[in-house]
Amino acid sequence: MAALAAVRRCRVLLHGAVKSSFRGSPSQPRSYSAGRLSVQERIERKRQAALVGGGQKRIDAQHGRGKLTARERVALLLDPDSFVEYDAFVEHRCSDFGMEADHNKFPGDSVVTGQGRINGRLVYVFSQDFTVFGGSLSGAHAQKICKIMDQAMLVGAPVIGLNDSGGARIQEGVESLAGYADIFLRNVMASGVVPQISLIMGPCAGGAVYSPALTDFTFMVKDTSYLFITGPDVVKSVTNEDVTQEELGGAKTHTAVSGVAHKAFENDIDALLNLREFFNFLPLSNKDPSPVTECHDPSDRLVPGLDTLVPLESTKAYDMLDVIHSIVDERDFFEIMPNYAKNIVVGFARMNGRTVGIVGNQPKVASGESKAPIRYQHLISKLYYCCLDINSSVKGARFVRFCDAFNVPIITFVDVPGFLPGTAQEYGGIIRHGAKLLYAFAEATVPKITIITRKAYGGAYDVMSSKHLRGDVNYAWPSAEVAVMGAKGAVQIIFRGKNNQADAEAEYVEKFANPFPAAVRGFVDDIVVPSTTRRRICRDLEVLATKKQTNPWKKHANVPL
Amino acid sequence: RSPSRSCHVVTTVFPSALFSFLSVQTFDKILIANRGEIACRVMKTCKKMGIKTVAVHSDVDANAVHVKMADEAVCVGPAPTSKSYLNMDAIMNAIRQTGAQAVHPGYGFLSENKEFAKRLAAEGVSFIGPDTHAIQAMGDKIESKLIAKAAKVNTIPGFDGVVKDADEAVRIANEIGYPVMIKASAGGGGKGMRIAWNDEETREGFRFSSQEAASSFGDDRLLIEKFIDNPRHIEIQVLADKHGNALWLNERECSIQRRNQKVVEEAPSTFLDPETRRAMGEQAVSLAKAVNYSSAGTVEFLVDSRKNFYFLEMNTRLQVEHPITECITGLDLVQQMIRIAKGFPLQHTQAEIPINGWAIESRVYAEDPYKSFGLPSIGRLSQYQEPLNLHNVRVDSGIEEGSDISIYYDPMISKLVTYGATRAEALKKMEDALDNYVIRGVTHNIPLLREIIVHPRFISGDISTKFLPEVYPEGFKGHQLTATGRKELLATAASLFVAAQLRAQKFLGDLRLQERRSWELCVELEKGVHMLGVSRSGATYTVEIDGDKLEVSSDWNLASPLLTVTLNGIHRTLQCLSRNAAGEISLQYLGTTFKLRVLSKLAAALSVHMPEKVPEDTSSILRSPMPGTVVAVSVKAGDTVAEGQEICVIEAMKMQNSMTAAKTAKVRSVHCKPGETVGEGDLLVELE
Repeated sequence: MAALAAVRRCRVLLHGAVKSSFRGSPSQPRSYSAGRLSVQERIERKRQAALVGGGQKRIDAQHGRGKLTARERVALLLDPDSFVEYDAFVEHRCSDFGMEADHNKFPGDSVVTGQGRINGRLVYVFSQDFTVFGGSLSGAHAQKICKIMDQAMLVGAPVIGLNDSGGARIQEGVESLAGYADIFLRNVMASGVVPQISLIMGPCAGGAVYSPALTDFTFMVKDTSYLFITGPDVVKSVTNEDVTQEELGGAKTHTAVSGVAHKAFENDIDALLNLREFFNFLPLSNKDPSPVTECHDPSDRLVPGLDTLVPLESTKAYDMLDVIHSIVDERDFFEIMPNYAKNIVVGFARMNGRTVGIVGNQPKVASGESKAPIRYQHLISKLYYCCLDINSSVKGARFVRFCDAFNVPIITFVDVPGFLPGTAQEYGGIIRHGAKLLYAFAEATVPKITIITRKAYGGAYDVMSSKHLRGDVNYAWPSAEVAVMGAKGAVQIIFRGKNNQADAEAEYVEKFANPFPAAVRGFVDDIVVPSTTRRRICRDLEVLATKKQTNPWKKHANVPL
Repeated sequence: RSPSRSCHVVTTVFPSALFSFLSVQTFDKILIANRGEIACRVMKTCKKMGIKTVAVHSDVDANAVHVKMADEAVCVGPAPTSKSYLNMDAIMNAIRQTGAQAVHPGYGFLSENKEFAKRLAAEGVSFIGPDTHAIQAMGDKIESKLIAKAAKVNTIPGFDGVVKDADEAVRIANEIGYPVMIKASAGGGGKGMRIAWNDEETREGFRFSSQEAASSFGDDRLLIEKFIDNPRHIEIQVLADKHGNALWLNERECSIQRRNQKVVEEAPSTFLDPETRRAMGEQAVSLAKAVNYSSAGTVEFLVDSRKNFYFLEMNTRLQVEHPITECITGLDLVQQMIRIAKGFPLQHTQAEIPINGWAIESRVYAEDPYKSFGLPSIGRLSQYQEPLNLHNVRVDSGIEEGSDISIYYDPMISKLVTYGATRAEALKKMEDALDNYVIRGVTHNIPLLREIIVHPRFISGDISTKFLPEVYPEGFKGHQLTATGRKELLATAASLFVAAQLRAQKFLGDLRLQERRSWELCVELEKGVHMLGVSRSGATYTVEIDGDKLEVSSDWNLASPLLTVTLNGIHRTLQCLSRNAAGEISLQYLGTTFKLRVLSKLAAALSVHMPEKVPEDTSSILRSPMPGTVVAVSVKAGDTVAEGQEICVIEAMKMQNSMTAAKTAKVRSVHCKPGETVGEGDLLVELE
C-alpha cells in the first residue's frame, strides 16, 4: 500500500519534472513523416528513462535508506518549475566489462545537472544519482559537472553540488580519475569567482572528497552522509583501528572534530530547505554586491539589553551570541561551524537587509574545548576563555576570506585575552595558524567594522580587525580594555620584585583597563553606548557601501598555509 | 525612566490623587531596603512626593532597575539574601552613610522583622510600617489569635493555647469537631501543618507536626483549630495612623493559589455582599486598633461557602497585591504609609473610600506552569516588552530587557494589573494584556494565567483556594484547542509562512519577479496533518481548511515579536516565538505556545522517506534537570553504581534534588564538583 502510494507520488513528481524540461520546446506531437516520428518516440523514451534514473527498485532502496533521489532533491532545492536540465541524453562511454550493454546505459548517467532559481536567483546545480551505478563518477558524469561549472563562471552564478556517490567508476579507470581532476581544476578556478557549496547527502570517499573540500562551504546530512579518504576496512588493515563509518567520517566528526564540514542538518529535506535559506545570504558572484533584502527590523532600533550584558567582573562569562542575535536583523543569524572551535563565532546575518559576515570571540567557551571528545573535556583548563587558538584562527580566517572575496562586509566583536599558551598550541603551529587570521583581516578590502566589547589584549587585539589592519570603523564599549595584557601579569613584569603589587595593579587597572588609551590615540573611533550599536553599524554600512580599496598588484598572495 | 511606567491606572482613574503628592513635607530621603519590583514601586511614589531615594543592592544586582532608578545606591553584600538584603549591619551602615531619614522595607526580607524595626528606632530612623509591638503581636499565630478574639474578630474555632500532648489534642479535636488542622505556632508556608479527620489522624498529625515544627522553626509548640474545607481567601486592606484612626480599604480576593502562593487576585470580590464586606472591614479595623496599628496592613480571612469568615492572620506590611486596592480606591498606599510614618493623620474618612470599578492582578512568574503549576526557571530576558501600549494596564516590575532572572531571588517577573469599569471589562483587558506581553529567554506562566482568566468557573466567580487542583486535576496542560481555534492557528501559521516566503524573494534592485498567488501547504499541529490551500490578494490571505475559508490579514511585520492578525474579521494578537528554514513555527496563541510545521505539498509528500531519529540514550548520561548549585557528588570515575543510587545532589531555589543513576554501570567520568553552579542540561556524570 505504502509502496503504491510512493509510486504514485513519484509519478506526480516526475510529471512536474517532465513539464519543466520541455519548457520552450514543442510538447504536442506533430504530423512528421514516419521516420521522424520514431525519433520523436526515441526522444520521449530516453527522456522518460532519464527521469527514473536507475529504476524503481533502486529508487525504493534509496528511499529505504532515508534518502531522496537526485531529482527529488533538485525539486526541493529549487523554486517550483524553475529547473532547466542539461545533458539528460549524455551516456557513459565505457565499453569494458560489459558496460557497453544497453541495460548498462542510463540517459544522463549518474548525475543530474542544470540550472534553476532559488527565491528567483540563478544557481547551477548538480545532483549525483546514487541509483545509477551508486552515483559513481564516470568521464561523462564529470563532463556534465564541468559543463555547468564553466557556464556558472561565465554568467556569474553560484554552483551547488549535491553529493551522493560511491566514488570513481572503476570500470572506466583513468578516465574517471581524469574526470575528478577536471572538476578539481574548475573548483579552483571558480574559487573566489562564484560561491561554491557542497551538500554531502550520502557517501563521498577517496579522491572525491577533494571537490567538496575545495568549495566554499561543505554541509552534511546527519546519519546518512560520510566523508573520508579511506573507509573503515582500509583503516583497520593499515592502522589496526576499529572505527565505524559514522565515527570516521560522519556529520558529527566533521562538524565537531575535524572542521571539514561547516554544518550538519537532520535529514535531506531539512538540509535542502536550510540550503535555500543560506543561499539568500550569498552574492551571486564576486562582481555582485552583498545582497540586500526587504527588512522589517528598524535600522535605528535600540537594544537596551546590551547595556547590562557584559558582566561587571571581567573574568565572568557571557554569551557573544546574545550580542549578535540582538544586534542583527530579526535575530536571524546563520552560524557557520557552530560546533567546531566554539571559542570563535562566525556566520552570516543581515543589517538593515544587507548581508554581513559576523566574527566574534565567544567568552562562554574555553579555548581548545570543542576539539576534545566529551569524555576528555574536563581535562581542559577553563582559565583561557575565548583565547584564540589554532582551530579558531583557521575557522575565522577562512570565513573572513570568503566574505572579502564576495564583497560581504565584516563585523567583528572582540573580547579576546590573547592567544592560547601551551606546548600543544606551540607544537601545533599556533604561530603559523594564528597568522592566517591576521593575514585574512589585513588583506580584506570589504567594509570592516569592529566593536571591542571587553578585552582586547596583546597580539590578539591587533589581529581582530584592528584599526591598524585597515578597520574602517572601530568602536569600543565602555567595558572595553585595550592593553598588552591583563593587570596581574603586567604588574608582575613592570614592578618585578616590588612589594606594593596590589597598589600597582590598581594603578594599572585605572590606567589601562578602560577604552581611553586606545581612544585618545584614535585607535578606536568612538566609545559607544552598547544599546546604540545596531544603529551605529547600520549607518556606517550605508556610508561604507561605496568603499573602494585595492591591494597592490600581485600574481596571488602567499597566505601562510 | 519614562513616566508611562508609573501607576497610570491610579492617575487616570483619580486625577485628584495627584494633587496630594506635593502638598506636605514628609522626609527628604528614604532608603528602600528591598529589590525588584517593590523597590521600584516605592521609588515611584517617592519621586512623586519629591523625596530622594536610596537603593541597596547585592553585587549581582549592581545593574538592576531599582539601582538605576534610585538617586543613590549602596552595595550591601554578595548575592545570597542572607548576606545582602537580610544583612542588617550593612543596611544600617548604608542608612548612616547616606543620611536617609526613613526606611521602607517593601515586603519580604526585613519587612516584618521586629529586630530591624528596633534597630532603626534606636538610631532615630523612621520605619515605614507599624511599630515593633504590632509586628511582634501579629507575627505569632497564637498571640494574634488571642488578640483577635479579644477584639471580637471572628476566629476559627479552636484551642487558643499550646497543645501539650496527643491525648489533649484528641480531646480538643473532639470539642471543636472534625475536620481539624494541627499547625505550628511559629509556622508558615505549610510546614508543620496537618489535617485530621479522626482521632487516629489527630495523634499521628500531632507527632509529625511537632517533629517538623521543631526541625523547621526550632519551636515545637502546636495549636489546633477547625479546618475550613474549600475556603476562599479574602483579605481586607487597612490603613491606620498614629492618632488612633483606622480605615478599611475594601477587600482583595486571593483565592487562586498554588502551593499557598497567590497567582491571580482581584478587587473587589465577586462573593461579598455589602453587609459581609462591612462586617469584615469593621472587624479588621477593630483588630488594627487593638494593637495600636499604624501604617498599611492586611487582615486575611478564610471565607466559607455560607459567607462565614474567620480571621487567619494579619500581615504587617505592604502586600504584593496592593495595586488592585489602589485601582479601586484611588489611593496611593505607599504615599499613605510615608505620610503616616511621618505622623500625619489619615486624610480620608471611611465614607470617602469608594469601590470604583474592578481591578485584576496576574502575577507573572519566571516558572514553568506545566510542572506542578509552576517550578522556577531562570535565564536572561533576551526580549522583554510590557503591554503598556494598552490603556488601563499597570505593570509593576523591577526588570527590563537584558535582566537576569537568577537563582538567588524570587522568580517574579512582574505584577500585571488591569482595570475596568466592570469585572468583564477588566478581564477582557487582562486577556489583551497577556497576549501583548512579550517575554523571551525564560519560561513564564502566562499560559496558565491566560487560561485561568477565561475559565468559566473563574468568570462566574466560583472559586476557592483549591481552584487549580480542582480544575486541572492532572496538572496544567495548556490551552486545549477548539475546532475553530485550531483553524485559526493553522491559517495564521500558513499565512505567516507564505508571507515569509514571499519576502525571501524581495531583493534590492531585482525587478524580475512575478509574485505567486496560490500555494498548497501541509501543516502539522499536535500530531495532526492538515492540507491547506492559500491564496493571496494584497496583504490578505484566504486559507482553505477542510472546506472552510478563513481570511487572514495583517501587516506581516516579520521582525515584530507580536503578530496582530484579523481572522475573519476578529482581531487576535499572537506571538511568533520562532520560525526556521525547515518550516517549524512556534506560535503563542491564547497564551499557550503551539509548535507547528509548515511544508510545501512536495516536501510533505517526500518527508515519509525521512528516517526516524533515535533519541540519544540518556541512561548513561546524567544531565542537570534545572539550574542550580552542586551540593555533593557521591561518586568518582571508576566507581560502580547501582540503579537508583545517588550520584550527586543539586540545590536549586532552596530545594535539594538527589540525582540518581538510571542503570547499574561503571562511572566513566564526573563533570561537576561540589560548590559549582550548573545550568539546565549541563552534563554532570557519564556512565559506561
